[in-house]
Amino acid sequence: MKRHSAKRIIPGFGISLGLTTSFVSMIVLIPMLFLAVQSTDAGWSGFRQALSDPRILAGYEVSFLCSFAAAGVNCVFGLILAWVLTRYRFPGRRLIDGLIELPFALPTAVAGIALTALYSDKGWIGSAFAAMGIKIAYTRAGIIIAMTFITLPFIVRTIQPVLEQLDGAYEEAGRMLGASRGRIFRKIILPELTPAVLTGFGLAFARALGEYGSVVFIAGNMPFKTEIAPLLIMSKLEQFSYDESAAIALVMLVVSFTVMFGINCVQSGAASFSKG
Amino acid sequence: MYVELQNINKAFGDVHAARNVGFGIVRGVLAALLGPSGSGKTTILRMIAGLERPDSGDIFIDGARVNDVDPGRRGIGFVFQNYALFRYMTVFDNIAFGLIVQKEPAETVRSRVFELLALIGMEGMEKRYPAQLSGGQKQRVAFARALAPNPKLLLLDEPFAAIDAKVRKELRVWLRDMIHRLDVTGIFVTHDQEDAVETADEIIVTNNGRIEQKGSPQMLYKAPATPFVTSFIGNSAPLENYKRLKGFENGSGAATGVVRPEFVKIYPAVDGITYENSVEDAVVEDTAFRGTHWEVTLKIKNMTLPARYSLEKAPIAAGDRVKAFVYRLYAFDGDNVTLLENRNLDTHNGANRYSI
Repeated sequence: MKRHSAKRIIPGFGISLGLTTSFVSMIVLIPMLFLAVQSTDAGWSGFRQALSDPRILAGYEVSFLCSFAAAGVNCVFGLILAWVLTRYRFPGRRLIDGLIELPFALPTAVAGIALTALYSDKGWIGSAFAAMGIKIAYTRAGIIIAMTFITLPFIVRTIQPVLEQLDGAYEEAGRMLGASRGRIFRKIILPELTPAVLTGFGLAFARALGEYGSVVFIAGNMPFKTEIAPLLIMSKLEQFSYDESAAIALVMLVVSFTVMFGINCVQSGAASFSKG
Repeated sequence: MYVELQNINKAFGDVHAARNVGFGIVRGVLAALLGPSGSGKTTILRMIAGLERPDSGDIFIDGARVNDVDPGRRGIGFVFQNYALFRYMTVFDNIAFGLIVQKEPAETVRSRVFELLALIGMEGMEKRYPAQLSGGQKQRVAFARALAPNPKLLLLDEPFAAIDAKVRKELRVWLRDMIHRLDVTGIFVTHDQEDAVETADEIIVTNNGRIEQKGSPQMLYKAPATPFVTSFIGNSAPLENYKRLKGFENGSGAATGVVRPEFVKIYPAVDGITYENSVEDAVVEDTAFRGTHWEVTLKIKNMTLPARYSLEKAPIAAGDRVKAFVYRLYAFDGDNVTLLENRNLDTHNGANRYSI
């Protein structure tokens, strides 16, 4: 590599690294650090509680399981949606494409209220399910629906560009060798999409975990059943137990970071194939 | 005919990729579809493969009409322009793909893959991924993958386009040998006449969705059928009025044509030319060194003619006045091409027998 002859677009490694680290510090690291300091402010009792109180543990379970489920649901349907939007041309395609971002644009509380009204036993959709004896609002199913709604754009928007870039010759090569459509999708297309799906999954999972506004309305917030961890943080804050809320937040942070880090590792492994 | 196309038409909107295309290729022959970009050659190849459907016309392979046969069931191996090797599979899995699809037993797959690896000279590389291979190696893996299910017909889309000049020469020879050794019929698409002339047994020249001419490289060169083929194959320069040149005064029809550099002989003015009436006065406009000879641009009676000039002769430079003799040229008359010999050829040759 020629180090000095090539003109760089962004001046100087020193300046850019300095900018990067100070930006990341101010926006991400310092608030996180502050959270850690805060949680141990009044000794370790807050922590002990955050790791032992059965109600809080149940809150983690609800949050992590529902987020996982929502991200999983979106991986399947988001993939199909992205596929349809990139592979087919039909009237209204641009409109649907534009609608994908709507969950981002809507204030989350508005989304929560609308979803609750729709899925409660008296609502349009909820009443149909209630007739079959299935309750959606105020159960975990409701939480998953709210989280799915809020995280759909992540999956679609990460897969879409990859699908658009994907060379049609891969599929044609599969066809020429006599592979069925199913095999072509599983063996040829899916491996190409996996890194993007994983990224989308990670983003959706993290977003769902932290989602508060849209979920609290539809969740019903029954302790041990539909109480999510972010709500517990809010209620601890309202009781002025800052250390406890910070401790819960820190536990969630560590778990989320581990998940994201794991996904990143898998992805960089996959990226090494795609260089040629 | 092993492969035969009859009256094939194909349009993409307003663009006619194929107009009444018809040709046949004999078993065991390596044929090239040669034409400028946008001439429809790739579309023709893709229609044979079944990746594109003709609007009308019939395609026969080994006597059977295959228009409605699935691409994977036509017994064709296809090598894509950028090889389209599956990036997440090893070389082994890439080559094995077509065999596994056919549910061949694992032991057969293994032995066939290693047989092909030996054939392409890449033993020991079966565990590599495509990203770890050079351009030439990728091409050979793509070739092996296409050949694995034992196709009788191999189609290649611009097989040499992405390969640098040196490896390209080797690959041409290699491809030609392989096709003949394996007794398959091959058709490849190229826009590069050198690829076609050096590799193919037979060339099909396409232009504007039409087949201009089909024949051996020598035939295309010696007896081009249309003005397009005349200008496209070999080096040539257009002449707007060849009747002004000595020895061609009474050609028939229109006076346009082309001349090739090897048809023009330069005599440095100092040489004694015994039959002066046959030669033209020429001014050297430009000279370019081509390694084995000079490529010279001459101005004769306001027309620009190309010529070759031996490195062994007295050097000439731009601005020099020289003599030139035009042996022959191609005259165009509508869509017809005639080879015109210089009327003074015999006298000229006789008179200058002893000159250099």
